[in-house]
Amino acid sequence: MALKVLNIVETAYRATIEEQDDTILWITTAMRGGGADVDVLLRGNAVNYGVKGQDASGLRFGDKTQSHPPRIEDDVKRLIEKGAKVYVVADDVAERGLERTDLVEGLERVSRTGIAPLCSAYDQVWHW
Amino acid sequence: MSDNKTITFALMDAPYENARSTTALRLIDIAARRGYNINVFAYEGAVGLPFTKQSPHPNAVHGRDADEEDHPLPYQWIESIAKTAEASGGKLDWINCGLCVDERGVHEALEFARRGTPGDLWKWAESSDNTLVIPTK
Repeated sequence: MALKVLNIVETAYRATIEEQDDTILWITTAMRGGGADVDVLLRGNAVNYGVKGQDASGLRFGDKTQSHPPRIEDDVKRLIEKGAKVYVVADDVAERGLERTDLVEGLERVSRTGIAPLCSAYDQVWHW
Repeated sequence: MSDNKTITFALMDAPYENARSTTALRLIDIAARRGYNINVFAYEGAVGLPFTKQSPHPNAVHGRDADEEDHPLPYQWIESIAKTAEASGGKLDWINCGLCVDERGVHEALEFARRGTPGDLWKWAESSDNTLVIPTK
């Protein structure tokens, strides 16, 4: 049976400026491009990855300007468009004062108590 | 005696930054002693672990010269774990995320620590008994 993995992303904005993306969303997208069956759960501060209108542009050191700032919102949307399920912990969203309308379309909400049953639907859970 | 189990690790931490790197190598060492076949996918800063230009140094605060200080070098630990695995009937295989190596310029690595891609992690996960991710925080 084909392996099915849930990538849990909890550490948010880890070197996203230097990497020009979130490295776990990136590796998830890369693996899915190779046919891997891997979905994503955003929890803790990483729920902010689903927020619309993020703008990390403008970084400049001397005459060196960053050409491609991270566009996490677009990376999340790309994963959803490519068929990945991207879950977001609703409790973590609420605790951060975010409304449903603040988030991009297509995110699947799961309660904190729903995380364990969700994990049981996967062969492996990778907590990043 | 080997029980022919295969375990894959995904590591992210750079050497000398926190205890997770040492903890990860402790776990890998235990698996090596038990004869497991071990795959390690080094992602991001972890590609520095098998970097062979790590150098010992004296430590004036400790009052020791370089030989006396005998500073731990993670690449030597990994090399030793690989020998342990082999002696126990298992094997340590190591892939560095190639793009992560390029970003950091740590091209000089242990001979068996080759370049790879996220696809290699997935193939390993598919063929392993289990996978343990130890990310940086």
